[in-house]
Amino acid sequence: MDSLALSYTKRTLANGLDVIVHEDHHIPIVAVNIWYHVGSKNERPGRTGFAHLFEHLMFEGSQHHDSGYFPPLQAAGGQVNGSTSTDRTNYWEVVPTNALELALWMESDRMGYLLPALTQTRFENQRDVVLNERRQNYENRPYGLALVALTEALFPEGHPYNWLTIGSSQDIQAMRLEDVQAFFRTYYHPANASLALAGNIDTGRAFDLAGQYFGDLAPGPVPSPVSASASLDRDVRLVFEDRVEMPRLYMAWLTPAMFAEHDAELDLVSDLLANGKTSRLYRTLVYEQRLALDVSAHQSSRELGSFFLLVATAAPGRSLVDIAAIIDIALQELRDSGPSESEMERSRAQVEAHFMYRLQTVGGFGGKSDQLNSYNVLRGDPGYFSADLARYRDATIETVGAAARQYLAFDRRVTLSVVPRGQERLALPGSRPVVVS
Amino acid sequence: MSGLDRSRPPTVVGDPVFTFPRIERHTLANGLQVRTVEHMTVPVVTMVLDVEGGSLADPHGREGLAALTADMVDEGVGELSTIDISDAMARIGADYSADVGSDTTRFTLTTLTRFADRGASLLADLLMRPSMRHSDFDRVRQLRLDRLQQLKDSPAGVAERAFLRLMYAEHPYGHLSIGTAAALGSVTLEEVVAFHVATFQPAHSTLVVVGPLSHEGLLGIAQKAFSGWSGFAPLVHTPASVVPHSPPRLAIVPRPGAAQSQLRIGHLSATRNTPDYRALLVMNAVLGGQFVSRINLKLREEKGYTYGARTGFDWHRGLSPFSLETSVHTAATADAIADCLTEFGAISGPKPPTSDELAMAKASLTKGYPRAFETAEQVARSVGQLALYGLPDSYFEDFIPGVNAIGQEDVVDVAARYVDPSRAVTLIVGDYQAIEASLAPLGLGAPQILPVE
Repeated sequence: MDSLALSYTKRTLANGLDVIVHEDHHIPIVAVNIWYHVGSKNERPGRTGFAHLFEHLMFEGSQHHDSGYFPPLQAAGGQVNGSTSTDRTNYWEVVPTNALELALWMESDRMGYLLPALTQTRFENQRDVVLNERRQNYENRPYGLALVALTEALFPEGHPYNWLTIGSSQDIQAMRLEDVQAFFRTYYHPANASLALAGNIDTGRAFDLAGQYFGDLAPGPVPSPVSASASLDRDVRLVFEDRVEMPRLYMAWLTPAMFAEHDAELDLVSDLLANGKTSRLYRTLVYEQRLALDVSAHQSSRELGSFFLLVATAAPGRSLVDIAAIIDIALQELRDSGPSESEMERSRAQVEAHFMYRLQTVGGFGGKSDQLNSYNVLRGDPGYFSADLARYRDATIETVGAAARQYLAFDRRVTLSVVPRGQERLALPGSRPVVVS
Repeated sequence: MSGLDRSRPPTVVGDPVFTFPRIERHTLANGLQVRTVEHMTVPVVTMVLDVEGGSLADPHGREGLAALTADMVDEGVGELSTIDISDAMARIGADYSADVGSDTTRFTLTTLTRFADRGASLLADLLMRPSMRHSDFDRVRQLRLDRLQQLKDSPAGVAERAFLRLMYAEHPYGHLSIGTAAALGSVTLEEVVAFHVATFQPAHSTLVVVGPLSHEGLLGIAQKAFSGWSGFAPLVHTPASVVPHSPPRLAIVPRPGAAQSQLRIGHLSATRNTPDYRALLVMNAVLGGQFVSRINLKLREEKGYTYGARTGFDWHRGLSPFSLETSVHTAATADAIADCLTEFGAISGPKPPTSDELAMAKASLTKGYPRAFETAEQVARSVGQLALYGLPDSYFEDFIPGVNAIGQEDVVDVAARYVDPSRAVTLIVGDYQAIEASLAPLGLGAPQILPVE
């Protein structure tokens, strides 16, 4: 058996910054990856989309580098990006070994000295960019607003997962520069961040450089954790009319938080229901009965609580009612009997391979540096890679069946029909019309 | 710790040494070209197999045939069903894909080293002995017809189809590999079988195998799986040359109420094998190929019209388009088009690249180049590109010095010859009624109104 582990060394600086180092000398590059433990879950109603807009501002300049963040890093051969989710915001560079200090100088400068460079002009420009990002990826994209309707129904008003990370246009337009300053002071400081360096670097030198560039930044107060709960007590049926050719069905359930008991099992359930042509629902819905054009499932694992999502697009002339009936039969079978031993073997083989594939890149989204930070920030243990794999290895027919029984109930879910405009009658019966924009 | 002087950025000195992958070439007795690369990192092997004949080989009236054929090869082998094949792939954790390009069809399979022989043998089975059953054909063809229907929902999909057509008219490069509804509707299984027999020829295919094994070991994987692939005198697809035609300067696919306008602005420009290739890369990096390029900085960072704008070449062996792709706020449509056309002209005229821009463009192309050789799949795909375009094995090593030799006059020269705002076609997928009045001052003439195909 090939070894499946992700080695690392971790130290915490006096100001609270976690530093994690992983050596991989295959290519003369180093990945710099920073997670701030803040996401859209830290927003409040009326200011949704804030964490993400803030991420944009982090690329516009800081006190000692008072202009865009892309030019110097690209000139050094680096790749640069960042992203915001409900739970965290990450920033990364992948640079040639000789540009590591440049990347650290810039990352530390925006961690410590962002505000002096933040102007009204830059703020308004990025607010416009984000409004266009929303138009491009949500408003002007088929089915792009479905998740807005779905999360509003899954999570109660005021729950931090009630809105998407992109936020509402109205809220984005209402933001002010003062909001940004307060947000920076609360969330952007060493004690709320984790730095991972992975690649062609010696561990000792990596810690020296991290100390040199980040050690003198002032610590801030650790933000108080967000807590919230959600529950469903019935099958909430909704219909949303969109500019689409084919009706599509979304079914969602509230499920255990990331790393909690049954989280991995529900991930395996998503595979066995809808991942690949061998999966149960692809086989019945798309291959045998040709009711659907596609089907997918996903356990969307998150810090405060997850949701499990099933999506199927109707074939022309086929009905969402028939698709829903097939899905319910498949769910009932899974609840009654669990997966077969053969399905479990196949899932394990896929999981093992995909954990190995995750070890191929040092940087970028999903690279080793990003994984180390993910495990450190969300689990408090950068070394959780092997334990994470063990969660999947340890899953059994019984635990997978139990997870389906406990969480994928017919009377505690949200069922959203997205239908072509003017064709509300194609929705599941009893669906309440919703308007989202 | 304190006292760090932050006032100056650390200097970046020298470039780290990197040894580019060494490619070994082999030819099997059946004519299959095999290229192997030792990649000693994680125990993962990637195979890339290019078969001559992408959508360029689609006969007139049978647009979509190559892609439908590629889709049919994993729908069963001998007695094994679609489901059996998918199951076999899953049991070795394989990532499998088929990508139908314009010039070739590419199959990619990644798996753990310990399953490499099994993966290669599965891939070979698909290519050599697909079942080609009627029931699978009906289903697969219908799914592709339905996908064409769904494509109408997506402004980007609509723009891509319409723009190709504006560039190439009836030439086979002028359609997406998925084809057209009319053509797909009339394709028969017999035609797919005949296309497969004629096209899937070992002597007209190239296999790249990359992984943590010796060249001998990698070649052995190829030999065991593919030696039994027999072929006959290969069919050669001689591409029709691109016939010059006169597309309109401005075309619109109306999308009432759209929040943004999808834009494509460009024209046919160069072939991948042009000796000007590296100068064109540098020119594109200055003009619009990356975040820090002129057009993105103007439209996004200065004006906030868009989430992003990029220019680039959609490379083929034959004449390829150079174009801008972006999606802008409806109200900013005309202004964004004007800015783009101005920049297209300025780089060879009033605003040649500054020495800073030139240095930035070259640096971002060269200094990060080793990053593209991190995974077995990246290496296998890159080596596949060399085979596709007939480029030498020294290509990777020559790339950096070649780009660094480009000067300002070279960039101005290729911009003048390959980017011409007066020839550019502007395509808009957006709210025509809302923008109609603003378009006249652009001087592009009356727009041709196109249907959603």
